[in-house]
Amino acid sequence: MLKGIIGKKLGMTSFYSPDGEQWAVTVVEAGPCYVTQVKTPKNDGYSALQLGYGYRRPKNITRPVLGHLKKSGKGPFKVLKEFRVEDPEGFELGQELKADVFEIGERVDVTGRSKGRGFTGVIKRWNFGRGPMSHGSKSHRKPGSIGMSATPSRVAKGKKMPGHMGAANVKVRNLRVVEVRPEDNLIFIKGALPGPNNGVVFIKKTKKV
Amino acid sequence: MSNVIADLEKEQMRTDMPDFKPGDTVNVYVRIQEGEKERVQVFKGAVISKRGGGIRSTFTVRKVSYGIGVERIFPLHSPSLEKVEIVTRGRVRRAKLYYLRKRVGKAAKIRERMD
Repeated sequence: MLKGIIGKKLGMTSFYSPDGEQWAVTVVEAGPCYVTQVKTPKNDGYSALQLGYGYRRPKNITRPVLGHLKKSGKGPFKVLKEFRVEDPEGFELGQELKADVFEIGERVDVTGRSKGRGFTGVIKRWNFGRGPMSHGSKSHRKPGSIGMSATPSRVAKGKKMPGHMGAANVKVRNLRVVEVRPEDNLIFIKGALPGPNNGVVFIKKTKKV
Repeated sequence: MSNVIADLEKEQMRTDMPDFKPGDTVNVYVRIQEGEKERVQVFKGAVISKRGGGIRSTFTVRKVSYGIGVERIFPLHSPSLEKVEIVTRGRVRRAKLYYLRKRVGKAAKIRERMD
């Protein structure tokens, strides 16, 4: 059985649990996704499903991709993503997959592209402390020393320094599905998800720890 | 915020809450789970603050219990509140009555509203 879906993060809100606890949840519009390719061990050496989600105007899609999508008769899609399945039998091209691939209480991993922060200093990027703001100090938000002197006369590899932050793939593991509404294609996941609202996220059943 | 989320919040909001204001004395009936059994406890005190909007609104109730000031913050739309009863209406001139924390005895009294 497939345990993965493509979705759109709609935003966060509060949700009351059955016990009356208030939870912070992220609402994801999960699906509808369509099967665009079924990969089998015989053909491709492994089994997987390629799913499509969202809409993109055909003029913004290359012809090879359009040709590929023609086989399933669906699309054109904004996102195509492959999910591994144990048994690709029983799935066919163009099949619709909705939010009900997940159940309430299931644990999921969610992957998304985090918000881009641009070129950031060392305080925001690596949680460094700052220097004194007064008493003649000019080292307000500087990184401080970045190493030793003539030995080794180089900066250690991997030294935490200012640079580009965010806009990277981030996976948050072991989140709990607290509500599924297949009629509206909504999944409520307890906790925060990577990326901005309206960003694309990939939800997968969590790997057992 | 998207409409979907606004709708979801509206769906969870309670419409049975009376319109109480800071300064009012209220009885809050709280459901308490004790193992398998559920019972209702009453928390009576003055509303000293209401904050937030929509589903995340909360209100603070203060009472003096055996000489000790006790404050509880309740989510306004929480399903674990059975009901809220207004005992008296208070006449106050601000929205947050935090000054009551420093007052004891008669000085901590809230004048009643006559309307």
